[in-house]
Amino acid sequence: MVKKNNRPISPHLQIYRLPLTGIVSISHRMTGVMLSAGLVLFVYIIYAVFGGLTTYTAMQSFTSFWLVKVVYWGFVYALFFHLCHGVRHLIWDVGKSFDRDTLNRYAMIELGASLVLTLTVLLFI
Amino acid sequence: MAEFTLPKNSVLIEGKTFKAAEGVTNIRRFEVYRWDPDSGENPRIDSYELDMDTCGPMILDAILKIKNEIDSTLTFRRSCREGVCGSCAMTVNGKNTLACTKSIDSYTDTIKIFPLPHMQVIKDLVPDMTHFYAQYASIKPWIETQTPAPADSERLQSKEDREVLDGLYECVLCACCSTSCPSYWWNSERYLGPAVLLQAYRWLVDSRDENTGERLDELEDPFKLYRCHTIMNCTDTCPKGLNPAKAIAETKKLLVKRKLG
Repeated sequence: MVKKNNRPISPHLQIYRLPLTGIVSISHRMTGVMLSAGLVLFVYIIYAVFGGLTTYTAMQSFTSFWLVKVVYWGFVYALFFHLCHGVRHLIWDVGKSFDRDTLNRYAMIELGASLVLTLTVLLFI
Repeated sequence: MAEFTLPKNSVLIEGKTFKAAEGVTNIRRFEVYRWDPDSGENPRIDSYELDMDTCGPMILDAILKIKNEIDSTLTFRRSCREGVCGSCAMTVNGKNTLACTKSIDSYTDTIKIFPLPHMQVIKDLVPDMTHFYAQYASIKPWIETQTPAPADSERLQSKEDREVLDGLYECVLCACCSTSCPSYWWNSERYLGPAVLLQAYRWLVDSRDENTGERLDELEDPFKLYRCHTIMNCTDTCPKGLNPAKAIAETKKLLVKRKLG
């Protein structure tokens, strides 16, 4: 917009309280960016596996560091969360489940489902 | 481009505090955004302690009380005081609503009042709506026909056809939804925003309108329509309980259906 009279812009992000759906929405975008960036680590692991014993053991000691483990499981959760909200978008795209009263419930289901999926993977690894 | 921080001239500075009179027991604190175009100063937050025993029940009553009894320079729009004119839209405790239909009791503690978010402020709680109204005009919010009007009657509508407009015609264009939408904050130059898109849909599905094709052509645009990312702030905040997000999704569906024949 063209500015005139030195008019201020009213506060937005600074004061607006995002509803749960809004938080989930921005998280979906942020996890998308993070997952793309995280692919570098994924490539590193594959590279290490094919590099033979030295690179493999180096990678193993790297991934057994607790902080890397936290990042790793964060990555897995982010992946499932991104997937769940992606499915939510597909449901929205066919024009379903826009009811005001159900919005928060669906958001909680997404968060819960991605947690369950993460724990399931944790159980099998 | 999206600017997440406020420009220099919009950063808030500390304002004045107006204490309640001695002996008043039932006090509620209101913090209100103030900006005076003539002062040359940045916007500030003024605090008012109001006596709730002598105040009406709604947020608008409190603002009127401030204007009548404490500071007559406080500027805001209001008219019908019953949620049909859409003038008193503002942000109360982080959510857009109509001040006249929102009760003070629905909040606890301090009540913080701001003008609608990410708008140019004319004065205090009055945002510049020019662009919003221009966007509304751009979707041609009137009936458009190809066939000549019936000679001896109006263009009639069946009961069922009329019911399709329920949940759409009630919109009072208060702009609560559009100004709650982050997509609209960052792209309002080109994205029409939920309120205007809900109105666009209202004319798309009106059984009497005969220009659906042209209307869809106009909307089929990466920015005008497709900046909606189903964030759902619009539906969450609508003080009339309407569902702009659903109307936008239905519009997208109409476009897909048309493409598939």
